[in-house]
Amino acid sequence: MSVLKYAPEALKNLFKPPVTTKYPFEPAVYPEGARGHIEIDIDDCIGCGMCVRSCPCGTLSVDKMAGTWSIDRFDCIACGYCVEKCPKKCLHMIEGYQTPGVKEGAVTYTKSPEQLEKDRIAREEQAKKAAAAKAAAAAKAAEAKAAAAPSGIEQAAAKKL
Amino acid sequence: MGKRSVIPFGPQHPVLPEPIHIDLVIEDEKVVEAIPSVGFIHRGLESLVDRRDYNQMTYVVERTCGICSFQHGMGYCEAMEHVFGVEVPARAKYLRTIWAELGRIHSHLLWLGLLADGFGYENLFYQCWRVREKILDMQEMTSGGRLIFSVNKVGGVIKDIDKEKLDIILKTIDEVEAELETIKDTFLLDYSVQSRLQGVGIVTKEQAHDLGAAGPFARASGIKTDMRKLGYAAYPDLDFEPIVSATGDSYARCYCRIMEIFQSIDLLRQAIAKIPNETDLFTPVKGNPDGEYFMRVEQPRGEAVYYVKASGKPYLDRFRVRTPTFANLPGLCEMLKNTQLSDVGLLVLTIDPCISCTER
Ligand code: SF4
Ligand code: SF4
Repeated sequence: MSVLKYAPEALKNLFKPPVTTKYPFEPAVYPEGARGHIEIDIDDCIGCGMCVRSCPCGTLSVDKMAGTWSIDRFDCIACGYCVEKCPKKCLHMIEGYQTPGVKEGAVTYTKSPEQLEKDRIAREEQAKKAAAAKAAAAAKAAEAKAAAAPSGIEQAAAKKL
Repeated sequence: MGKRSVIPFGPQHPVLPEPIHIDLVIEDEKVVEAIPSVGFIHRGLESLVDRRDYNQMTYVVERTCGICSFQHGMGYCEAMEHVFGVEVPARAKYLRTIWAELGRIHSHLLWLGLLADGFGYENLFYQCWRVREKILDMQEMTSGGRLIFSVNKVGGVIKDIDKEKLDIILKTIDEVEAELETIKDTFLLDYSVQSRLQGVGIVTKEQAHDLGAAGPFARASGIKTDMRKLGYAAYPDLDFEPIVSATGDSYARCYCRIMEIFQSIDLLRQAIAKIPNETDLFTPVKGNPDGEYFMRVEQPRGEAVYYVKASGKPYLDRFRVRTPTFANLPGLCEMLKNTQLSDVGLLVLTIDPCISCTER
């Protein structure tokens, strides 16, 4: 009798606690590697924009100069493609979903003042180096030109011939 | 002959999780004609190809459907791999097979639950979904997502399933199989369930063939069709035969799907036993795609076709999906003719409609 087949099950269920949990009052358990949400180690970010270009939803934006990285969490589908593409491996997929947001729009992460200062110094040094390299290259080019150009006497000699 | 009238069915209807509208022309209580209309949730995913490159499209395509998401991603990636002419590493093929079969089990359990709900057996509905939860946990454990896997990539897969996790899967499918035995008996032997399913909504083999039915819907009418036999992923190495039934009624469709769960469990065991020990999970693809390809895969609901066309740019020229529900709609309308109005809800369910993939 198939009616009675579920009788033991029904009896058991009378005394068993429910299989569901009272989330959010009880914490949810996520397996390792669950795709919950994206976090960034903002100080390691070099502002290359690879994540922005790879995101299928266009939810990311990055400003290299200001040292900021923004994500609109409502648009993110947690695909993990940005994590795969980031050359500095500073993006991470974290288990557990975001807590519900209270307002729409992007969340912006800004680098720490120390890191911003470091970045600024590095940029200046790089600019100096680049300028020096450029000057050196220009000087070298001028030298080469001077060496290649025949002197006045030689030119006169060439004319005579 | 009674007076004819038209009753709208859907897009909001208790048996339907998704919106489809059918105009039912009825005479007394009998349906004489069914005219479907779809288009309530068109999202334009196919047209995104001109704004998303072929790698980003993997994530878009897999979101065509929430139930067979993995298979959508796999079908697209297999098509792209043919365009690139790359061979996927053997382990990746087996991983794809394992994920695809897990997806099939959870999809069929979902459908069984909905069917039980459709004929008013709430307890059975909960039993099916409780069992399905274990499969969802396996999916989340292995891929990181309960339903959307995001593990496919053109050229292979991005995640591995290690030995420990494979063992957990084996243990879980043993439990699922044991629980399924009880559920199966209720679906197939209970007389009140039989009275709702047997002899209702018969589609003959000729009708199913002429109307282009796909998947379990076609197999329940005696057509031995299964795209897995075409030999994508690791299916050529696995031993299985399509499950068919001859009667073509609702009961046969229920029978086919239940048996396919057992078949999938068997395929999972075979795949886990045979999976090669490799570290390579994907073959890198270089450059931009150039060429076109038709890929056919067997989804839980039947045959899905993916067409890709590329001309050496990172963006595809054309991408198209033909989903199984789309192929089964003509069969559904034919099946609804000469049935009782009270059976319509259940009959619509028996093709396992997935409207969001139909409309993409
Ligand atoms: S996880 Fe996907 S959708 Fe979210 S920000 Fe990264 S690339 Fe974009
Ligand atoms: S890809 Fe990584 S390093 Fe580059 S901008 Fe994005 S987060 Fe920063």
